[in-house]
Amino acid sequence: MPIETWLIFILGFMIVGSIIALELKDLLSAVISVGIVGLGVSIAFLLLEALDLAIVQFLFEIFALIILVRAFVGKEYHIQQPSTAHKIQILVTVMALGLILALSINIFKLLPEFGDPLFTTAKHYVEHGAAETGSANIVTSIILDYRAYDTLGEVTVLFTAILGALSILRGVVDKSSGGNHETK
Amino acid sequence: MKPSEGMTLIVKTVTRISVWLIILYGIYIILHGHLSPGGGFAGGVIIALALLNVLLAYGRGFITRWLNIGFLHDLESSSAAIFLAIGILGMAVGGGFLANFISHGKLFNLLSSGTIPLLNIVIGLKVCTGLFVVVWTLAIFHLSDKGEKQ
Repeated sequence: MPIETWLIFILGFMIVGSIIALELKDLLSAVISVGIVGLGVSIAFLLLEALDLAIVQFLFEIFALIILVRAFVGKEYHIQQPSTAHKIQILVTVMALGLILALSINIFKLLPEFGDPLFTTAKHYVEHGAAETGSANIVTSIILDYRAYDTLGEVTVLFTAILGALSILRGVVDKSSGGNHETK
Repeated sequence: MKPSEGMTLIVKTVTRISVWLIILYGIYIILHGHLSPGGGFAGGVIIALALLNVLLAYGRGFITRWLNIGFLHDLESSSAAIFLAIGILGMAVGGGFLANFISHGKLFNLLSSGTIPLLNIVIGLKVCTGLFVVVWTLAIFHLSDKGEKQ
């Protein structure tokens, strides 16, 4: 099967996962459904030969899942004892996942051999990077030219993080010190 | 200002000399981002750490008088907007969002590679002001926390 089919399949899976996450009443299940989106993006990056992004996305997704589960679900969530029906559900899920993995073996064969030095995109960057961007530092030419949109996202993340920290901490300071920390 | 604010005279004197060298090094890292390892993120962190050095050595009161924190915050916000503006300008002039629309110049020259140095400077500004404002807010937070306990 061509890569496009798998990408469309993963995209549909992600859309279904996000809709389920919106509709579910149970918090833990909703958090796990949101996780489908992140892991789907990670697999899509893998298929598009952006291995570094796939690894970053995967790690980030695991971290986010753990934090979300810990923060939102935490204490009040009651873990139910597994019943027979529940066990059958788990068995069906595991078998479905195994089936998907078995079907996708062909697509993983399309990836370059392990230890192959340059992927097609990376080869282009290395060979034409200096000529196309005029930058002697190839890393800079990638993060600020080829993938400048990604850097814009990073800047936005930084901006939002700083805004969040400021708004939370400033509220505390204002209450306790009467807001006189603004004086120069 | 209390005389006991900050660290000892030795630390203050060393900081007074070294902080400018560290800031100069950070500016060098930012400006040479397209020629040598480094760039906006690394150089911005170096400058932020230099300012943090002053904060540690001279205390919270001095840094609040020395630097206009509100202006730093404005600089941080506006540098994100400038980044976006360069991207939109690329869409208008160069034919694509964040397109490299300025002439590339000669390889290995300081003034080369179009918009990359500009974006590096903007990112450096953003990272250094943003990190420092966050650390400053944490320091102020600590101060008020102590005041509550007394």
